[in-house]
Amino acid sequence: MNGGAQVTPQAVEYIRILPEIVLTIFGIIIMMLDPLMDERRSQRTLGAVGLVGALAAIVATLYQSQYPGVGFWGMVNVDSFSVFFHFLVATVTAVVILTSYEYMEVQQIRAGEYYGLILFGAVGMCLMSSAVELVLIFIALEISSISTYILAGFRRRAAISSESSVKYFLLGSFATAFFLYGVAMMFGATGSTSIAVIGQVLGSGQTPVLAYVGIALMFVGLGFKVAAAPFHVWTPDVYEGAPAPIVGFMSTAPKAAVFAVLLRILFEAHAPGRLWLIWVVAALSMTLGNIGALVQDNVKRLLAYSSIAHAGYLLVAFAALPANGIPAAMFYTVSYAAMNVGAFAVVSHFASAGERYVTMEDYAGLGRRSPLLAATLTIFLLSLIGIPATGGFFAKFYVFSAALQANLVGLVIIGVLNSAVGAYYYLRVIVVMYMREARQEVPVSPIPLGLGAALAISAATTIYLGVLPGRVLEYATRSAGDLLR
Amino acid sequence: MLHLTIFLIFGAICVAGAVNLLVQRHPINSALSLIVVMASLAVEYLLLGAEFVAAVQVIIYAGAIMVLFVFVIMLLNAGEEERTKGSRVAMIFGIPGMLVGSGLVAWVLLEHSGTHSVAAGALPGPPKTIAWLLFHEFLLPFEVTSVLVLIAIMGAVVLAGHPDSGGPAKKEG
Repeated sequence: MNGGAQVTPQAVEYIRILPEIVLTIFGIIIMMLDPLMDERRSQRTLGAVGLVGALAAIVATLYQSQYPGVGFWGMVNVDSFSVFFHFLVATVTAVVILTSYEYMEVQQIRAGEYYGLILFGAVGMCLMSSAVELVLIFIALEISSISTYILAGFRRRAAISSESSVKYFLLGSFATAFFLYGVAMMFGATGSTSIAVIGQVLGSGQTPVLAYVGIALMFVGLGFKVAAAPFHVWTPDVYEGAPAPIVGFMSTAPKAAVFAVLLRILFEAHAPGRLWLIWVVAALSMTLGNIGALVQDNVKRLLAYSSIAHAGYLLVAFAALPANGIPAAMFYTVSYAAMNVGAFAVVSHFASAGERYVTMEDYAGLGRRSPLLAATLTIFLLSLIGIPATGGFFAKFYVFSAALQANLVGLVIIGVLNSAVGAYYYLRVIVVMYMREARQEVPVSPIPLGLGAALAISAATTIYLGVLPGRVLEYATRSAGDLLR
Repeated sequence: MLHLTIFLIFGAICVAGAVNLLVQRHPINSALSLIVVMASLAVEYLLLGAEFVAAVQVIIYAGAIMVLFVFVIMLLNAGEEERTKGSRVAMIFGIPGMLVGSGLVAWVLLEHSGTHSVAAGALPGPPKTIAWLLFHEFLLPFEVTSVLVLIAIMGAVVLAGHPDSGGPAKKEG
C-alpha cells in the first residue's frame, strides 16, 4: 500500500484501455439491440454493429498508440508490443465477423449472443496483450477462454458441436487451474504478481526453485490454450465440432494473445529454465501435429492438426535469443492469423447448411466448379506450407534463422523435416481440388460480399507479408526492444 | 503451540474430507464432504490471520457454491455411480505421479520457497486492507471481472436455451 499515491485513475489511463472499453460498449449495444429487433432481420444489423465495433477498436488502438505507458497502478502497459497484438486481435475479429455473415444465415444461428460473445472475447484477448500483472492476465484469459467455449457450442442442432463445447470447457478449465496454481507459486517465489517486479527478482541472479515450479505450471496452462503438444489432445475434436468461422477465430486471436502473454512472462519476467521446456514442447508439437494431420480426411480436423504443428513452429522462436526470437514469433503470429482465418473462411462458405461438406472428398473438383474459391484456398494452403512469396515462408524463415543464431541446430532440423512432412497433406488438398473429379455434385453458392471482403483481406495480407515483410518485421523488432527494455 | 495444534487438527480434517470426497460413491456425499474441506480451510485461513478470506470462504464456497452444487445434483437426480475398475494407466502412472508431484511441491515449498516464513497476520488480511487493494491497485481486474460474469450469463442463456428457439427461420410467439 502506498499511502500517498493517487486515489483515482487519470484520464490518460482510460485511453490505455480504450480498445477494451470500445469493444465492451459495442458488445453491450448488441445485447440491448437483440431483443428489440425482429429476429429475421437482426442478423445483418447486429453483425454490422459488431463489425463497426471491431473497426472502432482498431481506430482506438491507433489512437492509443500515441499514449504509451503504464496505467491503473501498473496493471496495463501500452507499448508497441501491446499495440501490435491489439491491432491483430481487432482485425481478426472484424474479418471473422465478415465471414460469419453468410454462415449465420445458412446455419440458422441466433446472432445476438454470437456477435456479442465475439466482441467480449476480443476484450479479453486485447487485455491479455497489454496486461502486465498476473491477476489481470488470468481474468483476461478466462474472458477469452469462456467466450470461446460457448462459441464452440453454437451449432445447437449438431450434437458434435455440444460435444466440442463440453470437451473444450472441461479440459480448458482444468488447464486454467494449472495456470492459476502457477501464478500462486510465482507469487510465493517472488512476493509479487507484477511481471516487472518478478522480472527484477528473477533477473537479479538467484532463482528460487519455486519459480521453476511456477513457470512450469503456468506453461502447462498456456500450452493448453495454444494447443501445443502434449496438451493438444482436445484440438481436433473441438475444431471439428465448432462452427467454422469460430474455429478460424479461436485458432488465431486467442492464440496470438496467449503467445503475447508467454512472451511477456518468459522474456520480460526473465523466466528461468525456459530453454529445455520450450525445446521439448516445440519438437513434440511439430512432430505430433504433422503426423496426426497426415491421416485426416476431414478438412477441419486436418487444419486442427496443422494448427498444433504451427504452434510448434512458433514455439521454436521462444527458444531462440530474445532479440530476434520475439520479432520472429510476432511475425509468425500475424502471418498464421492471416492464412488460417482465410482458410477457415473458405471452409465455412463451402460447408453449407449443417456443415455437411467438410471432408476431403467434397473438395474434389472445386477448382473447376468455383475457381476463385479454390484459388484463394490454394494461396492459404501454400502459405501454410511455407512456399516463398507467401507470409508463411518468411514466418518460418525468421523463426528458423532466429533459432539457428541461438545454435539450436537440432530443433531447426526437426522443424525443417516437419515442414517437408506438412507439405504433403496441404498439397493433398490442392491436388484433390484441381485434379480429381467430383464423385457427387456438391453445390457451391456464389461468394457473398462479406465473405469476399474477408477472403480478400486475408489473401492480401498473406501475399503482402510474403512479398514485403520488411515493415511488419521492423515494427516487431521495435516492439521487442520495448519489451526487453 | 495451541495455534499449531489447531492448525494440524483442521489440516488433517481437511485432507480427510478431500479423500472422502473422492472415495464416496454418491454425489451428495461427495458434495457434503466438500463442505467439510471448505469449512476446515476457512479455519486455517483464520488461524493465519486472514479474517476476510476466511469469511469469504464460508459465505461463498461453503455457502453459495455448495448450495448450487447440491441443487444441480438434485435436479439431475444423479444416483450412485457405478464402480468401474478404472483405467490401468491411471493406476500405474497417475497415483504415483500425483504422490511424487505433491511431495515435490511440498519439498520445494518447505526448503526452497525463496521467501522467508511470514508471521501470522503480517500479510494483508483485515477487510480494510483488502478493500483498499481491491479499489486501488486491483481496481481494473475487479471491474473487468464484470465482463467475465456477463459472458458466463450469456453462455448459460445460449447453451441452456432450446436449439430451435429464436432461429431466424422460425419465430415463436
